Amino acid sequence: MLTKGHMAESKTLPANQVVTIKPAKGWLGIDLQELWHYRELIYFLTWRDIKVRYKQAALGIAWAILQPVLTTLITSIVFGYLLKVDTGTLPYPVFTLAALLPWHLFQLSLQKSSVSLVGNANLITKIYFPRVIIPLSSVLAVLVDFGISLVILFIAMAIYKMPLTWNALWLVPLTLLTVLAALAVGLWLSALNVQYRDIQQMVPFLLQIWMYATPIVYPITIIPEGTIRYLYSLNPMVGVVQGFRWALFGGSAPDMTLLFSSIAVVVLLVSGLFFFRRMEKTFADVV
Amino acid sequence: MEKDTSIVVRGIGKRYKIGAFQERQDTLRDLIVNQVQNLGNVFRKGGGRSKKEEIWALRDVSFDVRQGQALGIIGRNGAGKSTLLKILSRVTDPTEGYGELRGRVGSLLEVGTGFHPELTGRENIFLNGAILGMQRREIEARFDEIVAFSEVEKFIDTPVKRYSSGMYLRLAFAVAAHLEPEILVVDEVLAVGDADFQRKCLGKMGDVADSGRTVLFVSHNMSAILRLTQETIVLDKGGLSLRAPSGEAVDFYLNRGLSKLGERYWEEDEVPASSKPFKPLAIRIVDKDGNVSDSVRSVEPITIEIDYELLEEITGLRVGYYLLTTRGEPVFTSFDIDSEELFREFTARPKGVYSSRCVIPADTLNEGRFVLGVNASSYRIKRYFQDDQALSFSVDASGAAGTQWPEPRPGAVRPALKWTIEERGRS
Repeated sequence: MLTKGHMAESKTLPANQVVTIKPAKGWLGIDLQELWHYRELIYFLTWRDIKVRYKQAALGIAWAILQPVLTTLITSIVFGYLLKVDTGTLPYPVFTLAALLPWHLFQLSLQKSSVSLVGNANLITKIYFPRVIIPLSSVLAVLVDFGISLVILFIAMAIYKMPLTWNALWLVPLTLLTVLAALAVGLWLSALNVQYRDIQQMVPFLLQIWMYATPIVYPITIIPEGTIRYLYSLNPMVGVVQGFRWALFGGSAPDMTLLFSSIAVVVLLVSGLFFFRRMEKTFADVV
Repeated sequence: MEKDTSIVVRGIGKRYKIGAFQERQDTLRDLIVNQVQNLGNVFRKGGGRSKKEEIWALRDVSFDVRQGQALGIIGRNGAGKSTLLKILSRVTDPTEGYGELRGRVGSLLEVGTGFHPELTGRENIFLNGAILGMQRREIEARFDEIVAFSEVEKFIDTPVKRYSSGMYLRLAFAVAAHLEPEILVVDEVLAVGDADFQRKCLGKMGDVADSGRTVLFVSHNMSAILRLTQETIVLDKGGLSLRAPSGEAVDFYLNRGLSKLGERYWEEDEVPASSKPFKPLAIRIVDKDGNVSDSVRSVEPITIEIDYELLEEITGLRVGYYLLTTRGEPVFTSFDIDSEELFREFTARPKGVYSSRCVIPADTLNEGRFVLGVNASSYRIKRYFQDDQALSFSVDASGAAGTQWPEPRPGAVRPALKWTIEERGRS
């Protein structure tokens, strides 16, 4: 049994590997190889976040279903029934649910990741591991909720007799884009929150503004075309939401908006990673 | 790096900025206010407001550790021990210097790090193991061993928030103890838990050292240092002041006055401004031969001396101390003008330097470690100065009442009381 343990050990980190300690200087990129070494920690922290979230909640994991259902109900009444927002041929509940799912994924990921470093201060001040694992695993944990709520969408579509097409496979890269967008912003906010606790006070407002700057309760067509539409598309969630609707319901394929959104995500993510790595050195001293 | 060297440390230093970040700029508002003030300073030319206070928690420390060696690290609080361990376990980066470590480093900076109260014992073993750097397969392979060591088999599927603190601790240590890194860094884990469990932990640490792994062991417990390590380094004010065989190093630390044991001077920055006009200078423990000592005998009188300066006259001043056990239980409190006579003589104390001296009679204290807290106040008027942990000292009970039986006696005091035994007739 012991030999087995030792074999596992030597496979990931050779016993004679020399680790160098020196003052970190300048801007560092992310060390993907090291991240791979720590893949089990990513798994366990993600697993912990999922496990703990609904512990001692009577409804448990059902909340993952209730949240999008209730929000859909509210927005359908306010915007669909009372304000009569024009969604073309699509029934309003399906229209908004298809957008609310990736939005919830983004929102929850951002909420969790922005406070993740401060919430895990006891780990950061005691044990070494790549710090990026903390916001990363808090974002990954939200994916499980997303998977469950996706089922609700398929049920809703079945009720309205809307067929799924092969286009639905596009949901995979679109979900990835959402996760990356949340991670990108989460990296910035979590690192800033270590130093300035103002961030966690700001996040709810930021998300509220962000939601209204995304075509969730209204169709994108109400945004004037041209320069304004392009600027609007710099919001990564615009491309995601438009992409989700197209992948599920067809219609006009996502145009430049998705490209713009993707570029915005890449810029945010790369800058976020560098910023995070730069701040990382002082986390244990400041948090 | 030589093949049989496990740790190389060269000129390691760590600088902390005090105030600059932690206090002044914790919120954005502070940052903005500060920036504006700094801007103001630029115009006022060299206004001293932007002065950043820096301290070197560790400076120019170099040493090597051979593979399989157990090295002790001792020093008083603030000497830089924890900073050194944090740098070696890569929790924080050094400001200067460099180091090399061969193999995986496991740190027991605090047992139970990463335990989640909502998760069960079983779940926490896996989570904690992963956090400490174990592979899932390793944890599975050692799972039964860990559970057996922790003695919480029955509750392994209960959330740890329902555990008693002892159970929690045992489980946490069990996981950490079964981590098998090439280098193990241990900081005061033995300061917790009951005596039985401490013995078990000490035994486990001995095994780790015997199995050829490198151990760095920080402790205030000198007997544990002597038992577990062959060599020890002594840190003082962030620098390395000695590296020697453990016996010699412990001697140096205890006796050369380096640790200032048995005596304590208050530095300017340790005294709050609100203490004025009272200025504490020193407190010391003096044995019957007039030597300042950290370790005194129960069978001899113990003198406690408090030196202080009054910058102006104070009325109704009383200077005294609380005697506490290290667990914080009060033993007694005494002030210098407790007696009617001195109370009348010292209604007002003029400006000057004073020394208040008090003798604890022989055969008063039981063996163990005691803490002195100092208080200087005028009753119902003002508390000038208070330091709840001014000094600590040990009492050795050899020769005291009842020591013909080598058993520990509960209680903080060990008075030699007068007993009589009378025979009341025979049956």
